[in-house]
Amino acid sequence: MNIISSEKEWTKVIKPNPNLFDFQLKEVWRYRDLLLLFVKRDFVAVYKQTLLGPAWHFIQPALSTLVSLLLFNVIAGISTNGMNPVLFQMSGIILWNYFATCLLACSTVFTKNASIFGKVYFPRLIMPLSIVLSNLVQFLIQFLLLILAIVFFYFKNHTGFFGIAWLMIPVYLFLMAGTSLGLGIVISSLTTKYRDLAVLLTFGVQLLMFASAVNYPLSALEKKNAFLYSILKWNPLSNIIEGFRQSVLLGSVDFSSLIYPLLFMILSLFGGILFFNRVEKTFMDTV
Amino acid sequence: MSDIAIKVENLSKQYRLGEIGTGTLVADLDRWWHKIRGKEDPYLKIGDTNDRTKKGESEYVWALKDINFEVKKGEVLGIIGRNGAGKSTLLKVLSSTTSPTKGHIKINGKIASLLEVGTGFHPDLSGRDNIFLNGAILGMNKKEIKSKFDEIVDFAGVERYIDTPVKRYSSGMYVRLAFGVAAHLEPDILIVDEVLAVGDSEFQKKCLGKMKEVSVNQGRTVLFVSHQMGSIAQLCQNALILKHGELGKIGPVKDVIDDYLKNSTNSSDTFYENPNPKGKKTFIKTARAVNINLNICESFSFEEEIYLKTEICLGQNERNVLLSATIQDRIGHFISSEVLTLLGSNQNDEFYKLLIKFPKATFSPGNYCFRLALFKLDGTLFDLIEQICPIQILETGSKMAPYEGLGYGDVLLDIKFEYL
Repeated sequence: MNIISSEKEWTKVIKPNPNLFDFQLKEVWRYRDLLLLFVKRDFVAVYKQTLLGPAWHFIQPALSTLVSLLLFNVIAGISTNGMNPVLFQMSGIILWNYFATCLLACSTVFTKNASIFGKVYFPRLIMPLSIVLSNLVQFLIQFLLLILAIVFFYFKNHTGFFGIAWLMIPVYLFLMAGTSLGLGIVISSLTTKYRDLAVLLTFGVQLLMFASAVNYPLSALEKKNAFLYSILKWNPLSNIIEGFRQSVLLGSVDFSSLIYPLLFMILSLFGGILFFNRVEKTFMDTV
Repeated sequence: MSDIAIKVENLSKQYRLGEIGTGTLVADLDRWWHKIRGKEDPYLKIGDTNDRTKKGESEYVWALKDINFEVKKGEVLGIIGRNGAGKSTLLKVLSSTTSPTKGHIKINGKIASLLEVGTGFHPDLSGRDNIFLNGAILGMNKKEIKSKFDEIVDFAGVERYIDTPVKRYSSGMYVRLAFGVAAHLEPDILIVDEVLAVGDSEFQKKCLGKMKEVSVNQGRTVLFVSHQMGSIAQLCQNALILKHGELGKIGPVKDVIDDYLKNSTNSSDTFYENPNPKGKKTFIKTARAVNINLNICESFSFEEEIYLKTEICLGQNERNVLLSATIQDRIGHFISSEVLTLLGSNQNDEFYKLLIKFPKATFSPGNYCFRLALFKLDGTLFDLIEQICPIQILETGSKMAPYEGLGYGDVLLDIKFEYL
């Protein structure tokens, strides 16, 4: 019996250094029920023993919109390219919220779940995936708020837009989900042994928001500071947020602007899973 | 297709002691630099065996070192060893929660590990939700859990509470539910850590019964780690000893347990001495196992009488103190006892020298030890010493000699057959 055929005879072989490019996506698929149950758990557990339940998700974007409106539009007087400023701020904020919560939650996935990971094997990738999915629920609730606001302004000022471009919303969401997942698991993999990056992250995310065209259009920046614009336009998040806003509020879609964020997402996901799978084998020893 | 379920080859696992800091960063960079140039990891060459009591030279230790063994399908293998011998590490590597440093494990069949009951239980979720969640974590899919759901609820006996959050459960109910889920897993190979140490004794019995059912009736392979020699002996056919991360002995469970116990008792125990306990006037001063010539003796032939020689101090005004003498098997189970009433006196401290005689040709060849207790019927306990003076009875021609190793019991009584 040679070595190759004897390897095949076994259902599973545990080795010190498994193949790096074996992404184990098949394993993830086998555990898909677990993924859905985690999503359900996250959703149910958050609202247990609250009276208003998911309605709490309305409060944060509503208040943030109000503050941003005051700061950027009333005080600083930044133009919104003809979009209603309230809708402009709100659409940017809810998509950013989705990104930020996913990123932060994914980045602590190893440290927070060490007690489960140390006891049972399941494909670790299930955990960050469930985070991205369960935050989608939060996004949808906040998106409902946006729709209500759009309807309100539609009847009040006859501004706003419903149309075919809304079909692009899932695409932008997918880009956001993929990017936050990829970046999140890179960070989580890097912080199992050396925690330095985790300290940086909480305020780093806040700073990143100002560099991601959440509260202002990139075109306004281009007029004011061309140098800063030439740097910030390479932030794939601003591309996604601008595109999302345009398709939701104006109904225009620029497909060419999707290419760069898509490439960035694929790259970050690829790198993320690569790192993640490498670290998940031994992180229990160093976490 | 071979009949081997698990094959472990040259398995080693290295751990680093101490804290993670800049020192480890330097080591990491060094390791990385070696890797880039295609050289071997320099840190794998160093490392002490994992004896936690001694101060080692290196900050790297081998929690497991060159472990080789095989487990056949349907075999129930017990894993024993002292604290820190590498049992848990072995289980962790087997259940893929951490990967080995060297060597590999080949597994044939679906594997599930039970290193803890109730992993992933969420306190806010109802019993129903938690059954599904926990089942999925342990590797079942929704359909399998659904088909087992009623059995699990029944086993745990929590039907009334099934839609209540588990944080409202009593701790016993919680554990029962958690074990219920685990017990209804249907893997080919089950890895169990000392989860049986929880729950009331009735429930422990239920768990042991379930485990036995799983292994015997359903023909599953089970790896079982426990400190309780009793449950190991009850459940397993074979066992292995880990010692400082190395494989000590593997074989039939009785031999391995004997071997383990022989090595774990200190030689000083053969002569028990407690010359002057603090504040006690009534106590057992010495005890030793002796042969008919009153010489200290550790191994007896089957036909030899066994004596326990003991010295006892009795404080004044202690009347009617009872001395019990028990012969125990090496796991600590009582085999037989006898009680003596010490009369004592009102005036003086008393000092007794006693010789306790145990019958010859009665105890099966094997390992035994003794237990002495000084107490009163009203519940006062003056002194209690257990598992002292270990002795071995050799097989020197008992009537059951042809059946040695088959486990026919600890006591040989005069049982007669009669044709009718």
